[in-house]
Amino acid sequence: MKTSVISESSNGSLHPVTAQLVGAASSLGSSITVVCPGGIGSTEAAQISGVSKVISVEGECFETYDCIAWSETLAPLVEGDLILSSSSAVGRELISSLAAIKGIPVVQDVTRLADGFSVSRSIFSGKAIEEVNISAPCAISLRANSFEASRGGGDAEIASVNVSQDVSVAVKQALAKASERIDVSEADIIISGGRGMGEPSNFSYLNEVADVLGAAVGASRAAVDTWEEIPHSMQVGQTGKTVTPNLYIAVGISGAIQHLAGMRSSKYILAINKDPGAPIFGVADYGIVATWEEALPVLKEHLSEMVSN
Amino acid sequence: MGVAVLLKQVPDTTAKISVSGGRVDESSIAKWSISPYDEYALENAIKMSESGFGDVVAITCGPARASKCLTEAAAVGADRLIHVVAESTLDSIQVQALLSAAVKSAQCEVVMCGKQAADTNSGSTGPGLASILDFSFVGAVTEVSMEGGGFAATRLGPSGLEQIEVGSPCVFTFDKADTELRRPNVRGIMMAKKKPIENLSANDLEVETSNSRVSVESHSSPPEKPPGQKFVGVESIAEVVSKLREEANVI
Repeated sequence: MKTSVISESSNGSLHPVTAQLVGAASSLGSSITVVCPGGIGSTEAAQISGVSKVISVEGECFETYDCIAWSETLAPLVEGDLILSSSSAVGRELISSLAAIKGIPVVQDVTRLADGFSVSRSIFSGKAIEEVNISAPCAISLRANSFEASRGGGDAEIASVNVSQDVSVAVKQALAKASERIDVSEADIIISGGRGMGEPSNFSYLNEVADVLGAAVGASRAAVDTWEEIPHSMQVGQTGKTVTPNLYIAVGISGAIQHLAGMRSSKYILAINKDPGAPIFGVADYGIVATWEEALPVLKEHLSEMVSN
Repeated sequence: MGVAVLLKQVPDTTAKISVSGGRVDESSIAKWSISPYDEYALENAIKMSESGFGDVVAITCGPARASKCLTEAAAVGADRLIHVVAESTLDSIQVQALLSAAVKSAQCEVVMCGKQAADTNSGSTGPGLASILDFSFVGAVTEVSMEGGGFAATRLGPSGLEQIEVGSPCVFTFDKADTELRRPNVRGIMMAKKKPIENLSANDLEVETSNSRVSVESHSSPPEKPPGQKFVGVESIAEVVSKLREEANVI
């Protein structure tokens, strides 16, 4: 069996989810080629254990993100019974376009992958789980942090290819830089605020706790809809992101059904809310009835102490 | 010339989902709605039509119940309604073959839809259609307007929020935006009820849909959590933090 893995990059280097994609393919006993769009991270990809070949695809079109130009450039280099990508926004777009070019089915945001191929994914943003069989050849995107990463120590051959397709998207102006903070969809720990935070500026208190833990900062739909300072990219829940971190801290979030769907599969949930009857306490492993004003400074202090030990 | 808006009918995000006999029980879903991201696509399409771009052709692919979302689209301004009548067991190849055939038959140069639908949250349709139709593609946009012979759009790309330009023909997928969505008035609702829906079958579109390469084996509910531990007041925080390390081992 042969698998092509489309590597994921961030800030000019290989994103760690790439090693998870390789890990998932390795567990099926597949021979693995990693294809690096723009050549980004090809040296690092060659060091992932289990990789037999890296194709570093360098071409002018990779200077601007244009899904169609990229997928048409990559398509002749991507082959095998299985194509894997991460389920990031770019990963999903690329693999959809690649699957359409090749006339093979695509299934997105998978959390379990077994021979056959048999896969699991959450549907309705976590309100139910679906088991699906897909016949090969096919394309599958995998959710970050759902698969064991392959270790380092590999020494794969790197083939550099210089090819490009016409770009039809022209960037006229950058309006805002991508957030430096880790995204909620790939964080091990998330601290989220709801409308109970009172003002968008009070999210700075969440940022402070997040900094202690290296956590991502999320928000409820109510917070995103009420305050334009809180971008939609932070929204957790249906119409936002479905997340499964090790620890999810919900502050001033009452727990609407759409929010619970998107975060209830977190390994551990800590809820802080002044209303003892808030539905969020129904899914929390640890619940603290308190106002955020009182709780966050104390939480930060104890976490700092714990983390530095 | 015209803009095709692809609308998917999904359980309303407020709906509870229950599973019985290994399948989601559709009869227990209280309310079906247009998938939220698709609503932003519809709003933008209507705005473009108002500024002279041509007709808005609303297209849905789904079972009989899905025609309701076409009538809802007509109530806020869609000019033509096309229902590709199909069951929900189709794979991505089949859905995209049907929708691309419908877009071609409606002779639209622009396709707009949500960046993903609120049921499977996949997001395969937009980029896949662009590849099949040989259109350009811009994903996660919040606003699209006509600019010269092409379009200007705001998108959330991998490097951040950007103003881009792209030529026609093009597929755009929409992200949630600050845009106010129009609500239908009484007259719109009355007119929409009379608006004819063009029903197209896979046969009509000459698309083979018998062998889906993706099959659903089963559905299940997410595992129930045992009741958690509840504390009152900030005095408990020290204890909770130590439990996060000792019991949960997550910090």
